[in-house]
Amino acid sequence: MPTKLVVDCSTGITSEVELTAEEIAYAEMEEARAAVAEAERIAAEEAKAAAKASAQAKLAALGLTAEEIAALGK
Amino acid sequence: MATYKAISTVTVGSGGALAIEFTSIPQTYTDLLVRLSTRVNETGQIRSYVRWRFNDSAAGYSYTWGYAYDNNVTNGVSDINLSAAHIYITNGPDSTGSTFGNTDLYIPDYTNANNKSHIVDGVTENNNTTTYMVSTSASMWANTAAINKIVLQPNPFGGGTIKFVEHSTATLYGISKS
Repeated sequence: MPTKLVVDCSTGITSEVELTAEEIAYAEMEEARAAVAEAERIAAEEAKAAAKASAQAKLAALGLTAEEIAALGK
Repeated sequence: MATYKAISTVTVGSGGALAIEFTSIPQTYTDLLVRLSTRVNETGQIRSYVRWRFNDSAAGYSYTWGYAYDNNVTNGVSDINLSAAHIYITNGPDSTGSTFGNTDLYIPDYTNANNKSHIVDGVTENNNTTTYMVSTSASMWANTAAINKIVLQPNPFGGGTIKFVEHSTATLYGISKS
């Protein structure tokens, strides 16, 4: 059974406590939900980076130098 | 002058731990600081995340997060209405062996009757030239209760199979300002 460390600050005593079945079930549900959220965050970050690269390429095609493109972002 | 007192320190043993909890936190200080040196066992990750809750509350957490890593990547994101506070970064199992992420979680005026904004600053260590990360966030718990309990748990809160590994430490400090 997985455990957690519990520190009682009023006594300074640390205990190793087994998780309940309910806590484990909740943990598994949260883990699945977090995996989806993390995948969505990464996808959004990659889409943002791709859009930026596409915009920079279009600006370069219009004749802007790399320095001029970089200056637009400041 | 501020005076720091170490209230309690916990060190994770050989079996790892799914969570670290500080309970019955004294209400006699001005601020709290949790100083963390941690590593987690999320498979396949150089870096991972840890989340936390106050007083077992599962609502009202928000953050604004800025980060930079690996020489050239910077970004920032925000999120609101979370069931656990986010984000502090830490080392995962694919980072260099025996390296740990170091984070300070600073909670000012933790006994007041206002919402609890707090500060999270951290870095991951890897001892090479290309893989490292700095992270800072402003975090909010929209709750007016005094903080008497802090639970830290690898992302996602609830843990599943992800644990703090052996030798991870957490120290809770009480800070008095005279």
